[in-house]
Amino acid sequence: MRKRSDKTLGESLRDHGLSRRGFLKLCATTASLMALPPSMAPAIAAALEQARRPSVIWLSFQECTGCTESLTRAHAPTLEDLILDFISLDYHHTLQAASGEAAEAARLQAMEENRGQYLVIVDGSIPGPDANPGFSTVAGHSNYSILMETVEHAAAVIAVGTCAAFGGLPQANPNPTGAMSVMDLVRDKPVINVPGCPPIPMVITGVIAHYLIFGRLPELDSYGRPLAFYGQSIHDRCYRRPFYDKGLFAESFDDEGAKLGWCLYRLGCKGPTTYNACATMKWNDGTSWPVEAGHPCLGCSEPRFWDAGGFYEPVSVPLTLGPTTLLGAGAAGAVVGGGLAALSRKKGRDAAATRQPVTVDELEQKL
Amino acid sequence: MSGSMEFLLWTKGPVFDVALAIFAIGLLARLVEIFMLGRAPNYAEPRAREWPAGLRTMLTRTVADPGTFKRAPFNVVVGWIWHIGFLTALLFFVPHVELIQGVLGFAWPALPNPLVDFATAVTILALIATLVHRLTHPVKRHISTVEDYLVWAVVFMVVLTGYLAYHRLVEPYPLALGMHILSAEILLIILPFTKLTHIFTAFIARWYNGAAFGRKGVQS
Repeated sequence: MRKRSDKTLGESLRDHGLSRRGFLKLCATTASLMALPPSMAPAIAAALEQARRPSVIWLSFQECTGCTESLTRAHAPTLEDLILDFISLDYHHTLQAASGEAAEAARLQAMEENRGQYLVIVDGSIPGPDANPGFSTVAGHSNYSILMETVEHAAAVIAVGTCAAFGGLPQANPNPTGAMSVMDLVRDKPVINVPGCPPIPMVITGVIAHYLIFGRLPELDSYGRPLAFYGQSIHDRCYRRPFYDKGLFAESFDDEGAKLGWCLYRLGCKGPTTYNACATMKWNDGTSWPVEAGHPCLGCSEPRFWDAGGFYEPVSVPLTLGPTTLLGAGAAGAVVGGGLAALSRKKGRDAAATRQPVTVDELEQKL
Repeated sequence: MSGSMEFLLWTKGPVFDVALAIFAIGLLARLVEIFMLGRAPNYAEPRAREWPAGLRTMLTRTVADPGTFKRAPFNVVVGWIWHIGFLTALLFFVPHVELIQGVLGFAWPALPNPLVDFATAVTILALIATLVHRLTHPVKRHISTVEDYLVWAVVFMVVLTGYLAYHRLVEPYPLALGMHILSAEILLIILPFTKLTHIFTAFIARWYNGAAFGRKGVQS
């Protein structure tokens, strides 16, 4: 029997008893997920039929496993679909059965066998090359050395979660561990950022599906995020947007406006500046999402979101300035003004004291 | 790494602090200087009280007298329109009210967004009209200085970037909002050192005028 990773996706899916009908349904879902027209479904089916399951190495660094928790709740395709049919997940701390030496051996073997072909998925930030490597190690090796060793012969790197994509919580001021993002460190490989705290599970699987179907990386925005999922802001797709446009706002979490589902801008919603797919794809099989649950968007898929002002401060409020700074500056200005006025008065007094009267005759003589 | 979000946070953080500090120091320095210098002592016996006349003039001078209106109707009408539009957007747009609340610790009710949007659009058109008028009117053109054009450009940028950001006409949005905030910061920085100071001194000057005439018992 051929090794599982040698099979095409079509073969693998049939082995798992997926009917043709079920397969096409999956393709149609995947097409809509990536904002492709339904007419693309047959093309996707043909591509997936022939695609080889890539080897995937999942590296977990300074993270909370929330991204993996999110991934396990993917429903289209499900995590089982993903692991059993789409990809060959050869290394993942939380999901793999092997541990210790055997686990590390699996990673090295996958890297050797799939040289230049495998995908690396990273979640968590990495203490940079100048930081103390002891902040985070796996099997006695620093996160940095494992990352650089693993990505060297990778086809591409997918940074899953805001920590891997932008540094996230570990990088928040004062960044005690010298945390850096994947794209800060990996410069010679394509890096796709799938930020979010955590990212929407279908976005994680959707990006992998895109790679399988088209054999290349999706179109990215300036932050390396796939445009299919991060192309529009929360605000632009928010079902509460009409209330913003009309100027109807909840002013507290239990006022009449909050109960009527009005806009959460004044309660600190970061939707206007946040690019993610929550408003359209929602969470938990499309059940709901934070704003629908009555809580402002935190802006978790944006760089520096932990340092971008209080979660309950509106977007327009400055980050550090408060009344005291203004009063201090005003007081300083008043002192300066008083000084200038005193100088002018002194100049006037001095001029008066040393004034030497001249007569018209004297002036005429000078002329 | 630098992108649109870093730009926005930069304008919302350090630049805002610096701009507001320069604004507060500059403005207070000028106002305190004006008040402390005061006026030359007047030894003549007052014919009437200063205060009522001063306060009345603060209001009456806000409306142009018929002669001025006849000579320069454009200045009066368009000037009024854009000043009201600008103040409406500045003081009553929800995000601005939240900003004032954040900086001063108190604020006032806001106006509905569509109203502010309309006021902003009218302000943009009126500002363009003032520039065209300044460039085509021979006398106005002759007396215009670099400062006049600089002040016009900064004010116009603030309103225009605000309009673009509100309608999300520039992508990505953090860039649009950052540009608006930066324009407003430039306005704050130049305000105490240009004719923009009139925002604060206009009413003081009117009071001085009214009070001086009132003291003499003359109608101002």
